[in-house]
Amino acid sequence: MSAATTGRTALSRRTLLKGGLAVGTGLVVGFRLVPAGRQAALAQSGAFTPNQWISIDRDGLVTIINSVVEMGQGSITTMPAIVADELDTDLGKVKVVQAPANPKLYANPVTGTQSYGGSRGVRDHLEMLRKAGAAAREMLKEAGAQEWGVPVSEVDTDLDTVIHKPTGRHLPYSSLVDKAAKLPVPQNPPLKTPDKYRYMGKVMHRRDTPLKVNGSAVYGMDVAVPGMLIASIERCPVFGGKVKSFDATSTKRIKGVKNVVQVTNGVAVVADSFWTAVRGRQALKVVWDEGSEASVSSASIRQGYMDGAKETGQVARNDGDAEKTIAAGGKTVEAIYEVPFLEHACMEPMNATASVTAASCEIWAPTQNPGGTQSTGAKVSGLPAEKVIVNTTYLGGGFGRRGEQDFILDALETSKAVGAPVKVMWTRADDLQHGFYRPSTYNLFKASLDAQSNPTAWWNRVVGPGILIQKGRAQAGTIDGAAMEGVRNMPYSIPNVRVEWVNRDYGIPIGFWRSVGPSQNGFIVESFVDEMAIAAGKDPVEFRRSLLGKAPRHKAVLELAADKANWGAPPPAGRARGCGVMFSYGSYVAHVAEVSVAPDGRVRVHKLVGAIDAGFAVNPDQVKAQMEGGGIYALTALLYGAITIDKGRVQQSNFHDYPMLRINEAPVMETYILDSGQPAGGLGEPGVPTVAPAVCNAIYALTGKRIRSLPIQTDLLKRA
Amino acid sequence: MITLIVNGKRSQVDAPADMPLLWVIREKLSLTGTKYGCGTSLCGSCVVHMNGQPVRSCNTPLSAAAGKRITTIEGLSAQSDHPVQKAWIELDVPQCGFCQSGQIMSAAALLAKTPNPSDDDIDAAMTGNICRCGTYQRIRAGIHRAAQIKKGGT
Repeated sequence: MSAATTGRTALSRRTLLKGGLAVGTGLVVGFRLVPAGRQAALAQSGAFTPNQWISIDRDGLVTIINSVVEMGQGSITTMPAIVADELDTDLGKVKVVQAPANPKLYANPVTGTQSYGGSRGVRDHLEMLRKAGAAAREMLKEAGAQEWGVPVSEVDTDLDTVIHKPTGRHLPYSSLVDKAAKLPVPQNPPLKTPDKYRYMGKVMHRRDTPLKVNGSAVYGMDVAVPGMLIASIERCPVFGGKVKSFDATSTKRIKGVKNVVQVTNGVAVVADSFWTAVRGRQALKVVWDEGSEASVSSASIRQGYMDGAKETGQVARNDGDAEKTIAAGGKTVEAIYEVPFLEHACMEPMNATASVTAASCEIWAPTQNPGGTQSTGAKVSGLPAEKVIVNTTYLGGGFGRRGEQDFILDALETSKAVGAPVKVMWTRADDLQHGFYRPSTYNLFKASLDAQSNPTAWWNRVVGPGILIQKGRAQAGTIDGAAMEGVRNMPYSIPNVRVEWVNRDYGIPIGFWRSVGPSQNGFIVESFVDEMAIAAGKDPVEFRRSLLGKAPRHKAVLELAADKANWGAPPPAGRARGCGVMFSYGSYVAHVAEVSVAPDGRVRVHKLVGAIDAGFAVNPDQVKAQMEGGGIYALTALLYGAITIDKGRVQQSNFHDYPMLRINEAPVMETYILDSGQPAGGLGEPGVPTVAPAVCNAIYALTGKRIRSLPIQTDLLKRA
Repeated sequence: MITLIVNGKRSQVDAPADMPLLWVIREKLSLTGTKYGCGTSLCGSCVVHMNGQPVRSCNTPLSAAAGKRITTIEGLSAQSDHPVQKAWIELDVPQCGFCQSGQIMSAAALLAKTPNPSDDDIDAAMTGNICRCGTYQRIRAGIHRAAQIKKGGT
């Protein structure tokens, strides 16, 4: 991207800010439809701006603001389509503008923040955006009715046009802009019935695809602003370590190196190109105070978990008396499950661009958290948050990593230190070695079955760190909700259930990794249920169905996936099938995997059949895309994913030792959408948790070997 | 000064001879469609064509590119109408899209050599390109579709 283009983009957003779309707080009513500065907006721009999401100008150009950042999940397509459907406008002609950071206007109405994770796009915004569109349409109808002097009940709309039904007279929206702008904003406008949807629930092509096939989509890495320098930061290899001293003499001799400055996260080499900055880092001599993490390793963490597993944990769920029931004897099943730390490995390594002066602060970043980015900008610049301008670019993957503030801080501090706009870019090694990892955990299970092989008790102790507690978002000493998600709400009807949590945190930075707690808890719960089914001598799908009487939506997706995967029919020779089902982020998902194992132990997943009940699927093709993407993300973790620690350092550095699934290993994937008519559920994450257990349960069916530790060690499956 | 011919345009570049072509393209020529993902030829995000052959620009020194015909994603077609681009749009292949320039350049090189690729041909040509969003199924379908479009099919 040229500097000029960036300038224009930034300018247009500033114009919007000044033009009234985002001025002041306005009147916050109901679903935060803010009729912000409407009169001012009209006077200045000749636009009808009924709320913070919509602007229609006198030429009929409809501008819709998208607040949910585009990280691949299709938000820039789906969110405006919701507004456009209720507004009854031609989606193909709509201009979409990415929201500036301004939580008063654009915060997620459920979380109250401008931070996007937790599969909260459609499900948290659907109702609000529908009302935003519908309110504008009602005002345009009223304006038309006034124009003709007829009752509004005789007026309807059809694609950017107000129609007087009895006479067939019609007026384009553009001609009613001034009149509509003077009308009161309805806070509870009537909404379309689903049979009237023009876009929702139907095929919607992605708005960003044309930009993503010709190189013109601008990611954080592509930002260029006038006078910008490029920096790379040498970081302490040990978590929590600090700079003791550094010698930049050799670095400064390299042509193109402009400056070397110390920042919170290390020593920044500032240069005229990224390659020069990286060479500057190689010449840099830094003495580190490695701190206490230098004694931590994967082995010491595991030993800590094993010791912790001997303690009674905090009780997250206690139905009946599981311990007494299991102690009473009968058929029992016991197992230990372990999962490793994982890194997000966004395809675009972390980066951000900032320009900090005494009087201004502007940030360009591929962030999941524009609100948090604005706050970080305020802290570093000393300016009030509303003065900090945040431009959110396209994100080259998010997966939870880009909600963090470390890479934003890098750019802000470096820019402030050198007095110029600076883009800080991470190398792939920086990215893998300085992440916020999916926690590793150690999990004990026990269960008992009666003489008829019906489960009588379920006992589960989870040992590991808590993300919310480590981040200070939950109190120390409480039960971490993220750690318990998927184990505490295990759906099977068993009379005695006990779930415990033992908090063991050895200081490795942890964070939200696509599907978070369920990313590991789906694997452990759905694998252990399978062990119980085998112990009961029952078919794994039938066994689950018999225990899902009180969980009809789980049962429905399981039945749909099993049916579509021909569960009852024998699999092709040399293959077996396994299943898993789970609720996460408001949606219900089941998977059936069809798997073979080569003589050398390598696992091949031939087919993944997924079923999802996400309530109403606003954008069905992108629901499928998220299920496909979630499937591959889960398979990568299952087959390859492990971040290991030695002396407080991550041992992996690039895709040779932290491999990703590639096209030659990708299964055929089928996705079936079950429209339950329930409120919208999440989409980005629910496709992940059930893939690993479905595959491992298939491996068991095929080989009689149970995978209880990830990633899969092919040695265990090798045939002599 | 080193002479580069990128997307049919000849330019003189003032950069060290060992500077990877990727950074010359991105930072000196401001063609940012070609991406950095790993820096060691492991991910394919930086694939460009050099005299028609797909190469990893992150591991191609500027000196090796001097005088060769370089094509980046921006130069693949004038109107985003290369069969691969058309197929990608039709099937909505990209998600985050960051790897897709590399995917498309690898796919275009495959089709230039193998107009009707089998699934095995696709595996062989595309295994060097990682997609973290997991769009592989659509990439495969997109290449088959692009082969049809190229033959004049609809």
